[in-house]
Amino acid sequence: MNRRHLEQQVALCAMYGALVMVVVSLLLIIGVTVLRGGHVLVTRPEVVVTPPGPRYLLGGGGGFVHAILGSLYLVLPATLLASGIAMGIALYLQSDYTSRRTAGAIRNLLDALWGTPSIVYGMFVLTILISLQQRASLLAGIAALTLLEIPIIARYADAAVQAVPPMAKETSYALGTTRWENSQVVIRYALPGIATGVLIGLGRGIGDAASVIFTAGAGNNMPSGLLEGVTALPVLIFQQASSFYPSVREQAYAASFVLIVIVLVLNVASRLVTNYFARYIPGGR
Amino acid sequence: MESEIQIRDLTITYGGRHHVVAVNNVSVDIPRNRLTAIIGPSGCGKTTLLKALNRLHDIKEGVQVRGHIVIGGEDIYQSRLPVFELRRRVGLIGQKPYPLPASIYDNVAYGPRIHRRAKGGELNEVVERCLRQAHLWEEVEDRLDSPAAGLSVGQQQRLCIARALAVEPEVILCDEVTSALDPLSSQKVENLLRSLREKYTMVMVTHILRQARRLADYVIVMYMGEVIEAGEAQEVFGNPRHEKTREYVKGIMAGA
Repeated sequence: MNRRHLEQQVALCAMYGALVMVVVSLLLIIGVTVLRGGHVLVTRPEVVVTPPGPRYLLGGGGGFVHAILGSLYLVLPATLLASGIAMGIALYLQSDYTSRRTAGAIRNLLDALWGTPSIVYGMFVLTILISLQQRASLLAGIAALTLLEIPIIARYADAAVQAVPPMAKETSYALGTTRWENSQVVIRYALPGIATGVLIGLGRGIGDAASVIFTAGAGNNMPSGLLEGVTALPVLIFQQASSFYPSVREQAYAASFVLIVIVLVLNVASRLVTNYFARYIPGGR
Repeated sequence: MESEIQIRDLTITYGGRHHVVAVNNVSVDIPRNRLTAIIGPSGCGKTTLLKALNRLHDIKEGVQVRGHIVIGGEDIYQSRLPVFELRRRVGLIGQKPYPLPASIYDNVAYGPRIHRRAKGGELNEVVERCLRQAHLWEEVEDRLDSPAAGLSVGQQQRLCIARALAVEPEVILCDEVTSALDPLSSQKVENLLRSLREKYTMVMVTHILRQARRLADYVIVMYMGEVIEAGEAQEVFGNPRHEKTREYVKGIMAGA
């Protein structure tokens, strides 16, 4: 066995090692949530459809449907809003009106925002709430999550739009399209990449506790309106897991499991939609 | 010779740090309803000249176009018509086919739809006519709703030609349209171009000398950003006046 062969084997082992680490951690995470919360979902499946009872976090009984709904009400509108705004940013960045220098500066800014801890977004929106003398609400939570997701989706959409071959754009222009019609063509080409960005934004939004804990609230009420407080699943999990009562703590694992399932379902659904469109894209499947 | 396109004193420069003159003070006429080939070694400005004819340089940063291009009696760089209307009249077929991410039918129907030129049953007729014109109808008539991306590259190129025909252009620009195709597909596309030249003014950039010989009625020879010779194909190939043309036609010019 010569040196080059050895190098290759070492690299191969390192890659397998990395793969094993990732898969094992994933299985452990799912395993722990199932082991410690699974029996709650089996013996008392009604927790996912019942609202919390009085003194819920003190072992008062009831379920956590308020947080499941809260999370969906928060993250779906936020992702929709963020996607719309991010598409605008991505199209502006590739637009023929935008100089390369401006585009570069905006990309750096988006990267910085991407790296900003989510608690900062929460504090930012909280500051606005305080200055307007408003309480935490669904609306404020949506705003915080939208801000959190914009840079992520925008950067993915930007990369997808930039990857559209210039010649594809030229031939579309040569049919007599306006810039706006051409943008729509570009979006169609870039759709699979954009969808990935939306999914990742959504995943970040639905799993985030810090940005919504001050802005959306953390009560035990059911979501009842845009200006009323709601609780997100991650916030609830945090509260449950720090409870003194074992019966509440094990519900944290049940809630985690529900959160994982929601993310998985949304993932698979959007993949199906994306693949349908990808059939039409040259070089797609 | 009746000319469709008159190019006068055309100079195109790429700005930025490396200031490059790609087309230098070119004046030349392009005849109506015939196939004109622009030939010359790589980097001589053929494609740059071609793309000036439907103002595609407008979408790039730092490209300056000076001079006049008159198409159908109208100076396209001074015209008050919107640029997308000019581009509808001057279509472009690219080196590689990029069908729109949609069905075969929708690819051809796209142009007429955005220009609001046809709808409903009329649109079906336009699609069929253009696909027939592009010698593609027989191969796709039973799967018009399937994705265009599923066609072979040669079929995709003919689809792109059908798509360009559907907006009823007057001039069709072809930028090395066979360079991504296998020999058999190239031959089909060449036959197609030959069949179109009576109805449209066609301008073709090619680096394949034999292709120009096979197809062209009229030839423009470029060298280092300038037009060094232009004339009937037989004359240019049979009895070239310029020394560089002679070298190029013999196939000994550098970079050819």
